[in-house]
Amino acid sequence: MKARWWLAGLGIALVLVLLSPLASPDPDGLERVAENHGFIERALEPVYQLIPDYVFPGISDERLATVAAGAVGVLAVFAVTWGAASLLGRARSRDGADPHR
Amino acid sequence: MHIPDGFLNVATAAATYAASGASVAYAARRTGAQLSDRQVPLMGVSAAFIFAAQMLNFHVVAGTSGHLLGGALVAILLGPWAGMLVMTSVLAVQALLFQDGGLLALGANVLNMAVVGVLVGYVAYRGLSRLLGRGRLGLYAAGFAAGWLSVVVASLFAAAELALSGTAAWQVVVPAMGGVHALIGIGEGLITVGVLVFLSAARPDLVRLANREVTS
Repeated sequence: MKARWWLAGLGIALVLVLLSPLASPDPDGLERVAENHGFIERALEPVYQLIPDYVFPGISDERLATVAAGAVGVLAVFAVTWGAASLLGRARSRDGADPHR
Repeated sequence: MHIPDGFLNVATAAATYAASGASVAYAARRTGAQLSDRQVPLMGVSAAFIFAAQMLNFHVVAGTSGHLLGGALVAILLGPWAGMLVMTSVLAVQALLFQDGGLLALGANVLNMAVVGVLVGYVAYRGLSRLLGRGRLGLYAAGFAAGWLSVVVASLFAAAELALSGTAAWQVVVPAMGGVHALIGIGEGLITVGVLVFLSAARPDLVRLANREVTS
């Protein structure tokens, strides 16, 4: 448990993702302002689409597709951040600032 | 408040990319210089939590929702530099993988939510917890205020970028963005405090770590 405490944190994030089908579908603050003040139509279509609108493509049940998209995102964000942070840590030990790491 | 492509003109997109790029590069240097082994997984977990929590839009007023941004929360737990990197990686994955926030607008979104949101949250938390003392209630009040302020100031930056781009008039977009985010910020403050309360019970060492800097 102690060595793998971050697994518990990752688990909490994945449990939150299970709640995502219950989230409010209403536009957020910026989208509301853009609709009310007539500039929402200026938004451009993305140049490519992988998992648009947090709905995993090819899954017919929308709630399931949302949870799948969220799980992919949680794992991707976790991996990218961990990777970037450990690269920074390694760069430091290479600089000789802390050779014992 | 993820800005899509099309809302910003080229000059604003370029200027915000330059400002956020320089800030993130500085944050990477500062984080690398003081990174401990424990902080690497903590940054990963924080990013995963922020991403998941950002999917949970809550009702604000009729026909409008908001969601956690998390800038103040990561600033309190990780400090401003590691917090900035965590928010940047969340925003980058959202733009690249989920088409949430434009690719040309990513610089502005990082500036608003990762740089401004985190710095405002950090400064507000440090300042207020000094003022309110080291009691638990004081720290929670500081956490709430930091969450609220970080969202409102970030939304004013977004409003300024929209106005500078000629997308909306200053006198319209500034009060509109500030007003709706003053409400969304209440949710941000409550979630920020909720996570701090949970962590003080489950992992007091993490919160102590964050507060040692503040109260010393």
